Amino acid sequence: MGLLDKQFADDNIVITTVDDLLNWARLSSLWQVGFGLACCAIEMMATSASHYDFDRFGVIPRPSPRQSDVIIISGTVTLKMALRVKRLYEQMPDPKYVISMGSCSNCGGPYWEHGYHVLKGVDRVVPVDVYVPGCPPRPEALLEGLMKLQEKIRNESSVKKSA
Amino acid sequence: MLTEFGKIFVFILIAILFVVVALIAAKIIRPARPTHEKLLTYECGENPEGSPWVKFNIRFYVVALIFLIFDVEVVLLIPWALVYQDYGIAGFAVGAIFLLLLGLGMAYEWRKGDLEWDRPKPIPPILNKSMSPDIKIPKEEIEVV
Repeated sequence: MGLLDKQFADDNIVITTVDDLLNWARLSSLWQVGFGLACCAIEMMATSASHYDFDRFGVIPRPSPRQSDVIIISGTVTLKMALRVKRLYEQMPDPKYVISMGSCSNCGGPYWEHGYHVLKGVDRVVPVDVYVPGCPPRPEALLEGLMKLQEKIRNESSVKKSA
Repeated sequence: MLTEFGKIFVFILIAILFVVVALIAAKIIRPARPTHEKLLTYECGENPEGSPWVKFNIRFYVVALIFLIFDVEVVLLIPWALVYQDYGIAGFAVGAIFLLLLGLGMAYEWRKGDLEWDRPKPIPPILNKSMSPDIKIPKEEIEVV
């Protein structure tokens, strides 16, 4: 519990400015957990590489969830992996965001009907902020997903009491 | 007026304040919602098991030390190799002495057996039998490394 975190009932001029500042800082340095699950991870790596350059949005892969703001669930979440995904998400410090990348983590994808070992959507274990469709999504799609997340962060309030 | 040391003192003061203010501001502003799972040891999502204080083989120490010596050798020799021709025979001599010293060190560690992962068995001291004929060392005791 910080001094500003979820402490204020209404927004006056000072609080909205603080909000803007905090949101700007948060959306400009979304460090991701260095975490790939399946073939979508290859596209995620391509997005990080020089051609698409995730870094220009402030997205840097971190080796530990302790230092991360966003986790990109890139690929098929098997039931075995779901427990680990859940724990990695739990171990990230607040505020934390989740991008679900690709059909498999959105809803189970091609494993929807007969995938006895696949979690039918990662939103059954962690709260997802942005879903990126595709199988796998192209790097441009992931970039758009990230920009959608940035829009979401820009409009949220971190200091107002949650309803 | 500030003396030269005074300037350094001010510099150190600002450096300390910079860190302290940043840490306190972060402490005040940041959200802190610790949970049991968040405070667990990070083991890539697995359950932490056993103690992190594992023992390393002492032989890694020697390997690391030797590596460090040759690492420093490379760091020092590359700038030397770029300019030694400008300094004639003296420049060459400096590098040669440096290499000679390290070569002696390498010969020493080679002779000591530090380059072998499996250390050779130590040679047991040979007793002069004419001086102490009654002492007998059991064979197992000698063989122990």
